[in-house]
Amino acid sequence: MTNSPPLSVSPLENDPVNDLSSPLPMKRRLFSIGMTTLAFVLAAIALLPLGAVLVEILKQGLPNLRWEVLVSLPAPIGMEDVSNGFGNAIVGTFIMVGLAALFSVPVGMLAAIFLSEFGQKAAVTETIRFIVTVLSGVPSIVVGVFAYGVIVFTTKQFSAIAGSFALAVVMLPIIVLSTEEALKLVPTNQRLASSALGANRLQTTLRVVVTSALPGITTGILLAIARAAGETAPLLFTALFSQNWPDPLPGGLFSPMPSMSVLIYNYANSPFVEQNQMAWTASLVLVGLVLLTSILSRLVTRQRSTSR
Amino acid sequence: MTAGTPEDLQNTSSLDLTSTEDEGLWLDVAFTWLVRLFAFCTIAIMVWMTVVIFQQAFPAIQEFGIGFLWSQEWDVGALLFGALPYIYGTLATSTIALLIAIPIGLSVALVTSENFLPPWVRSPIAFLVELIAAIPSVIIGLWGIFVLIPFLLPITLWLHNTLGWIPLFSTEPFGPGLLPAGVILAIMILPTMAAISREVLIAVPGELRSASGALGATRWETIFRVILPAGLSGTLGAATLALGRALGETMAVTMVIGNSPLISISLLDPASSIPSLLANQFAEALDDLHIGALMYLALILFVLTLVVNIIAVLMVRFLSPNLRES
Repeated sequence: MTNSPPLSVSPLENDPVNDLSSPLPMKRRLFSIGMTTLAFVLAAIALLPLGAVLVEILKQGLPNLRWEVLVSLPAPIGMEDVSNGFGNAIVGTFIMVGLAALFSVPVGMLAAIFLSEFGQKAAVTETIRFIVTVLSGVPSIVVGVFAYGVIVFTTKQFSAIAGSFALAVVMLPIIVLSTEEALKLVPTNQRLASSALGANRLQTTLRVVVTSALPGITTGILLAIARAAGETAPLLFTALFSQNWPDPLPGGLFSPMPSMSVLIYNYANSPFVEQNQMAWTASLVLVGLVLLTSILSRLVTRQRSTSR
Repeated sequence: MTAGTPEDLQNTSSLDLTSTEDEGLWLDVAFTWLVRLFAFCTIAIMVWMTVVIFQQAFPAIQEFGIGFLWSQEWDVGALLFGALPYIYGTLATSTIALLIAIPIGLSVALVTSENFLPPWVRSPIAFLVELIAAIPSVIIGLWGIFVLIPFLLPITLWLHNTLGWIPLFSTEPFGPGLLPAGVILAIMILPTMAAISREVLIAVPGELRSASGALGATRWETIFRVILPAGLSGTLGAATLALGRALGETMAVTMVIGNSPLISISLLDPASSIPSLLANQFAEALDDLHIGALMYLALILFVLTLVVNIIAVLMVRFLSPNLRES
């Protein structure tokens, strides 16, 4: 037999280990307090950048925010009496994001419907879901390079079409994943009830499932749009930039197009102070649009998911 | 309002439950194929992307071979291209970013998932941290140029003056460089790190907490010995996913890294990353070999992020199945 440690025979009241009424040893208490403080300090540091960025955007961008800034073209440097602004970039952003949504929203929604309603647990579904998740992690600059190779390289021309194509590829996985989440939240009982009433899968899917998931789907689409509106990297060498208003003719889509994000990038690196200030004002407008969309959509989803 | 006679019922084909000739059925079949088609569309895009980037990079792959990876030369005029400075810059900035973002992200996850604070304070904090992800990268970069770099400059100067004997701080800082780029990256990947770790920690069953508490462990002993080990694969997955984001982040890094094609061990020196080089040179690349070299870099970045993301997804999905189901 091996030597087992002797059992404690001392009475409980004399044993410091078993004295349940004594406070924790100093070391353990200090460790707890120290870790709590550390965790709170680090969490506070995490909130710092958001506040600093927002305060700076308001401080630098607000003084220059006037109506004429939103509706005029960028003025050449040094011309004081010309109205200066970035109206063309706002229009360009809306055009390109709109075009991208036109492609990615239907494709993304239908793909998500397949994943949640038709694919069930088949290996194909798992593969597609996996690829969509991986696609959402592809850096947007690589998506830009892809759009360059597909469109700019073949047409030998930087164009709005190439920019929208890149944005559409960026948006697609966001829309698929969020739509699938929204569809999954619809209770199976509703599908069964609809089938029991004699509806086929098309009717069940479109009239019952999609209808009741519509708020969730919409917030997903809004998030994707907000993300695309702020994308810069894939636009730098696909849509490029232009100092003029976007061409209203359909052919205008095959020429370079300005966007707010590229304007901010160009102006941030500019040596001229007035262009730097314009970059802050453009940031204010862009952040206003993007944050409003994300906050609204996230609040709606949050309420829905907590009420269930 | 009168009920149909049995004869009426016989005549209405819509009540024939065995019918397969209804036009609704055709629509149904067509719709099934339509959604299947669009689902395969996503796979097609992924394959297409791989093919296009590989194809465009092919001239450069033929010209420089695998040696491209460790060649340091980048001379557009002489058409000599090497990837090492950019690979180094990408990995160095991502490492700095992870070193900062992992402890902070975990703290946020702990503070917002454990019961330190009442629930009505917890979720707004988590929400605010996630909001950073919604701010466009180019705007974080603008803030980096005009706020973060001037703020970091005295700190980095002090680091150089007092710790200059360490090679990492051996050069005089002048503003843009690896360190500011790493800090910016840390800010940008923090939401990913915090949100996913939080989800993982919330999924740790409450019984484990109670059991640990019943054995006499304090809150932090429970966290270190029970909760973090239970959520380990998930938090590692979160860190890997954050790494994937950091490797590909472009605008903010491009604006503060200094864009120098030289390798320097000092964190205070300007550098370059693969995305920042692509952002800087792609629009002006004219020569086929230059475009090819940039495409080759994009391919390296693509493969790198693909591998990292696949590992991350697998880690979060498969290594913690017991947490996922509960």
